[in-house]
Amino acid sequence: MNAIDVHGLVKRFGDKTVVDHVTMTVAEGEIVGFLGPNGSGKTTTIRIMCGLLTPDEGEGTVLGFDIRTDSLSIKREVGYMTQKFSFYEDLTIGENLEFVARLYRLKPVEDHVARTLEDLGLTTRRNQLAGTLSGGWKQRLALAACIMHKPKLLLLDEPTAGVDPKARREFWDEIHRLASGGLTVLVSTHYMDEAERCHRISYISYGKMLATGTVDEVVKNAGLTTFVLMGPRLDQVAEALQGRPGVDQVAPFGATLHVVGSDRKALQAALADIEKKHKGVTVAPGETSLEDVFIQFMSGSKDNMA
Amino acid sequence: MNSLFSFARLGALLIKEFIQMRRDRITFAMMLGVPLMQLVLFGYAINNDPKSLPAALVATSSDPYTRAMVSGLQTTGYYRFDYVAQSAEEAEFLMSRGDVAFVVTIPADFARRVERGDNPQILIEADATDPAVASGAISTLGTVANQALLRARGMQEAAAESAKGQLEVVVHRRYNPEGISQYNIVPGLLGVILQMTMVMMTSIALTRETERGTMENLLAMPSSPLEIMMGKVLPYLVVGAVQVVVVLAAAKLLFAIPFTGSMSLLLTAVLIFVLALVLLGYTISTIARTQMQALQLTFFFFLPSIMLSGFMFPYRGMPDWAQLFGEILPLTHFLRIIRAVMLKGAELPAVATEIGWLVVFVALFAGVALVRFRRTLD
Repeated sequence: MNAIDVHGLVKRFGDKTVVDHVTMTVAEGEIVGFLGPNGSGKTTTIRIMCGLLTPDEGEGTVLGFDIRTDSLSIKREVGYMTQKFSFYEDLTIGENLEFVARLYRLKPVEDHVARTLEDLGLTTRRNQLAGTLSGGWKQRLALAACIMHKPKLLLLDEPTAGVDPKARREFWDEIHRLASGGLTVLVSTHYMDEAERCHRISYISYGKMLATGTVDEVVKNAGLTTFVLMGPRLDQVAEALQGRPGVDQVAPFGATLHVVGSDRKALQAALADIEKKHKGVTVAPGETSLEDVFIQFMSGSKDNMA
Repeated sequence: MNSLFSFARLGALLIKEFIQMRRDRITFAMMLGVPLMQLVLFGYAINNDPKSLPAALVATSSDPYTRAMVSGLQTTGYYRFDYVAQSAEEAEFLMSRGDVAFVVTIPADFARRVERGDNPQILIEADATDPAVASGAISTLGTVANQALLRARGMQEAAAESAKGQLEVVVHRRYNPEGISQYNIVPGLLGVILQMTMVMMTSIALTRETERGTMENLLAMPSSPLEIMMGKVLPYLVVGAVQVVVVLAAAKLLFAIPFTGSMSLLLTAVLIFVLALVLLGYTISTIARTQMQALQLTFFFFLPSIMLSGFMFPYRGMPDWAQLFGEILPLTHFLRIIRAVMLKGAELPAVATEIGWLVVFVALFAGVALVRFRRTLD
């Protein structure tokens, strides 16, 4: 059984279609990255999955429960971490955890809270108001509160936005530890390095699911060719390359220039011409990155912009 | 069963709500301090039957009849002759400046006419820009003037004689023989204070969760609409209970308002009234999207409640349509109950209809709130 199995999800707000026939399956124990630009419908899709929004069209099950009729059962088995910190800032860390433990009817409350505090390393700060925590600690507290009732599925909406790299690393270690224990995780993110830590990724843009698979699959299926240019006056070279047939992306990376295109022949022709005109510039084949693929996706779906 | 209601989950919500309430010191202080301040302020300040109103006397003669008339007016307690004007123009000026509320003109031929039995007249001009101010003073005039006149002529006996066989109208001012405004105001204030704090506090209860983003989390966790509603509403019932104790104690200790009726009947009515109010606030909370909107809606409801419920102005003085409008305000019915029970010693049968109305409000608001509550974020 798949942890998430939804198809043809549509959600409209007014005349704007935010989620446009999204189909998604996530196997049990999988960590799936949910990627896409701002406003692409990631949050809305996640909210539909945990029963906070009803889809206008489409069907599906989460943990075997129907998303339309059985949202209460879903709520009990799913841990949902919102994008914005949504625990009570005027309650202490301990009080927040007690509140969650009581709502999920975990017994005895004190044991669950004490254990969670210990796992978090927050036992000594139990009586501190949650509102006074730093961003990284808030995120850790939110995660701890989400997994206290031992959910089977974790839905994380941009959990690491605004969190420093070390805290992010620790956060992902924790996610992997949980997944190895059988937990399924769907996590939305903007960070490419985080996408690469997922078993699989799904890319959504303007409500449409554009690609899905492992990172390698997504990169390969995008069919992009990348060349790396080196030499003097690369800024002039970059200017000369813009808008040429075959050249889709030109991006400086340190002392090099990454040139990406979907039409290999046209791209090579353009680069050969550049090599002739600009003395000292060398062209070497490069590796297409996930980021290149996403930039390509984003520029490709501009016409859909509301 | 378990999915719809669980005491454990309700308990979680209640504990959370009480902690938040306790931590919000200013709001907490307001809930107890404001009622007391308002009670003391309005209780002592508002008077529907003002006495000792400034008046100007225009009298050219100082014969015994004129003097008797002036002292007669003074002993009513309504008139205080601050000015003796030399002319009608001067008196006119005093009134237009607002220095006096009355101008009493006793013509020069007053004494002569009295002695001749020639239909004597005096003129009293009242500043009726505020009709309520003048009404008490004017209503006593007829009797007072005649008695003063008869006394001056030494004709008490003759007057008593002439009254024989005439129609006698006996007026009893029941429940409040001295016409003390506080008897009317203070019990009413309990209703107004409860109305203001209860509706306002609960109306921002849900919108605060929405505004702070905690609503999304609350909805994502297994809590049912009924639990969320009760979790928000019950704490304010407790606050309401404290306010009731404070106001009733003050009514007794500060204002010596008589309490003739049954305390348990009154408390039952208060409980139903407060329940209606918190549910109304909660309903507002499900409609408004921000705390600001919720407050605006509260005030939209608050003003008619004060004006049309009979708290400030006589209910029976309003046109039929306004009375009908007053009927749909819980405060109207509560005021009738509390005044009846406290002052008139009314028993259940006398106030059953009004209590019935309050129960209808409770059912109505609870129904609307549960229907309106958005279980999802749609």
